Amino acid sequence: MPPKLPIFMDYHSTTPVDPRVLEEMIPYFTTKFGNAASRNHPFGWEAEEAVDYARERIAALIGAKDSKEIVLTSGATESDNLAIKGVAEFYKDKGNHIITTVIEHKAVLDTCKRLEKEGYEVTYLPVAQDGRVDPDDVKRAITDRTILVSVMLANNEIGTVQPLEELGKLTRERGVLLHTDAVQGVGKVEFDVQKMNVDLASLTSHKMYGPKGVGALYVRRSRPRVRLVAQMDGGGHERGMRSGTLAVPLVVGFGKACEIMTREGKAESVRLAGLRDRLKSKLMSRLDEVYVNGSLEHRLPGNLNVSFNFVEGEGLMMAIKDVAVSSGSACTSASLEPSYVLRALGVGDELAHSSIRFGLGRFNTEEEVDYVADLVSTKVERLRELSPLWEMHQEGIDLKSIQWAAH
Amino acid sequence: MAYSTKVIEHYENPRNVGTLDKADANVGTGLVGAPACGDVMRLQIRVNESGVIEDAKFKTFGCGSAIASSSLATEWIKGKTIDEAEAIKNSQIVEELNLPPVKIHCSVLAEDAIKSAIADYRKKQQERRAAE
Repeated sequence: MPPKLPIFMDYHSTTPVDPRVLEEMIPYFTTKFGNAASRNHPFGWEAEEAVDYARERIAALIGAKDSKEIVLTSGATESDNLAIKGVAEFYKDKGNHIITTVIEHKAVLDTCKRLEKEGYEVTYLPVAQDGRVDPDDVKRAITDRTILVSVMLANNEIGTVQPLEELGKLTRERGVLLHTDAVQGVGKVEFDVQKMNVDLASLTSHKMYGPKGVGALYVRRSRPRVRLVAQMDGGGHERGMRSGTLAVPLVVGFGKACEIMTREGKAESVRLAGLRDRLKSKLMSRLDEVYVNGSLEHRLPGNLNVSFNFVEGEGLMMAIKDVAVSSGSACTSASLEPSYVLRALGVGDELAHSSIRFGLGRFNTEEEVDYVADLVSTKVERLRELSPLWEMHQEGIDLKSIQWAAH
Repeated sequence: MAYSTKVIEHYENPRNVGTLDKADANVGTGLVGAPACGDVMRLQIRVNESGVIEDAKFKTFGCGSAIASSSLATEWIKGKTIDEAEAIKNSQIVEELNLPPVKIHCSVLAEDAIKSAIADYRKKQQERRAAE
């Protein structure tokens, strides 16, 4: 029997709320609806207590010493903005130089671009073909004017895990702050702010089976105590770093999601890596000219980003419309540019256009993986029959020898 | 972005997929686009002595809209004279397939493919006449 359709294999984009998470959230919409900032009545106390409990659960997941180090936000985009702009503004007398990588999320890259317009200097480091930044490049890029290094824990497209522990050693030695957008990796790969000497970390709830609309920024409070300038003015919530009434039900859900990850994350990662490897070997045993993008060794367990040569990604997605995946093809974006992440790896534009990202998660099953592997293989074969490039490849024509008219 | 029913119909049942003999003097081949841009269309026509397109075939590397545009193009040009086929405008393809603005380039490519196939056919005919 085929599995229930449609199948969701796009867990890097978002995740469903775990029913156990939802269950804990519900009372905070109705009976326990207090404002966590109301200090003088039981409704407020109840809400504050729930928020503090959530904060402890979030802190525990990332190895933070003190739950006061968790600043709640609306999500990772806000956390990235607050971390980078907040630090840049606070430490501007110390320096104006920021180091990041070319494959960061837009929330980091565009924040850095904004700061460049304001007179900051930003170094965008390249990554190797496996998608990882070389710590020596970071070391060489640090100057007396460097205040912040921002490198993601794991990439959202190719799942590559960065050598944060090595980077943390470096930045600590040089007295530079280290920020990481940890959104994709937390709970899935090893992440410990103490062990890795991370000073700021952006998190979001909806990538780990919590609700959308809530996230956090870890801000180290000791050795060193990290300071930042708030980016939104208001009631001075979150120790003055992020004003705005807390979305208590969402925060509660985020806390529960973290608690589940702390307990189950490791076993889940083993299971997902197994499913991912199964998907990969099924696809690659049936089809030729399939290329995995990014390191296989340092990779999120649920991530498989592959290029099916001679087949265009969006065209393939249309053929498997009952399976939710994502593509680095230009046609899936408004800009008509293929994925900047794949380009940074040196994957040619042709293969970038042919890439599909499978993101496996908590609720995927082996039956689904088998179904998807068969379906994708069949559709790739069909689309190759339709592809002039495949025909030329079969005839032994080198596609690079042809003068293509770029348009 | 949702696809129009006509795009889906052509994508799922593409007309005239295949290959004609490139070496045949009555066959014109147009190969347009580039792999690096994410679409390549190859459109071929076979023209009879009265200048009518008897057969047309295509193969396309590209998104659903690109495949649908080229499928539609082959359907439209079959039975037309080369002059009539040459007059087909990309805007007609946009209209027929309800292509959204981001997909207009697919229709442009299809128009280019028709023109390029016709140009190739004419060139071959001239070469043949010159040889005679």
